[in-house]
Amino acid sequence: MHANERRVPALGALIAPFERRSEPGAWNRFAAVNDEFVAIHMDDDAGRQAGFPSAFGMGNLQLAYLHAAVRQWMRDGDQLTAVTCRYRRPSLKNTQVVARGLVTGVTTAERETTIELEIWTEDEMGTRLSDGVARVRRRR
Amino acid sequence: MREACGRAFAGSESPPISAADIRRWAIAVYHPETPPPQFWDEEYAAASVHGGIVAPEEFNPFAWTAALDHRASREGPRSAFVEQGLGIAAPVCEHDLFGGVEIEYTGERMRPGDVIQSRSRLRRYWEREGSLGLMLFTETEVRWTRASDLIKVQRNVMIRY
Repeated sequence: MHANERRVPALGALIAPFERRSEPGAWNRFAAVNDEFVAIHMDDDAGRQAGFPSAFGMGNLQLAYLHAAVRQWMRDGDQLTAVTCRYRRPSLKNTQVVARGLVTGVTTAERETTIELEIWTEDEMGTRLSDGVARVRRRR
Repeated sequence: MREACGRAFAGSESPPISAADIRRWAIAVYHPETPPPQFWDEEYAAASVHGGIVAPEEFNPFAWTAALDHRASREGPRSAFVEQGLGIAAPVCEHDLFGGVEIEYTGERMRPGDVIQSRSRLRRYWEREGSLGLMLFTETEVRWTRASDLIKVQRNVMIRY
């Protein structure tokens, strides 16, 4: 196989998942670095008052998990150029958050390849919590 | 409120980013596993393509700066920061959620010692009926720079109801 072929992923390829437990210990660690001590992420009553069954994890933490999933798939020298994320459902207490990605586009130019991925988070039942797109620049 | 669309509502400068700030962020995101060494191992990072420790792309150097600003100069709910910055009345809503985000990264990475500037403006408001009632959507745009280097442009959607 030619070296450049190894650097171009196949359409439809899945990236390795990045999976974490959605629970107060994880939320507290993230709140501590992002100053996100917001009641809906700390207090079940506040979560219920907001219309959900319990307190729930931060959208910013799901966004960080999506970044982590793409980063662990990226190669040395790759550059993350864009990430979008739309939140569908909150990550409820004591569930799993699984960040996933799928290669949906590959555009090859003379010096670089642009790879587009559909990215999303889901719970352990496969219910989507968020979805979006990531774009990665890979030099040839 | 719609007349305020396009106007700047906030600007800030971060304190210098420390290696400990980056390490703690990475630990929080990767817990319970050890984060990748480019975020905390000086020797490893020096030999990497980055030539030194870099922050994860999503790292926020403004977190506690914003908290200090909020406590020092603002009253009312945290979700009213846009209208407070614009000097207009905030909508009366009990709850707020983070609706989504679009980020464009330039490739400039945040590193220890960097001081980051942030400028935010209101892009638009719109309303939509949702499962929890009538909801107000607010889209803002924030640009982060290090001196003249643009690091990222991020558009955020906040949902209030």
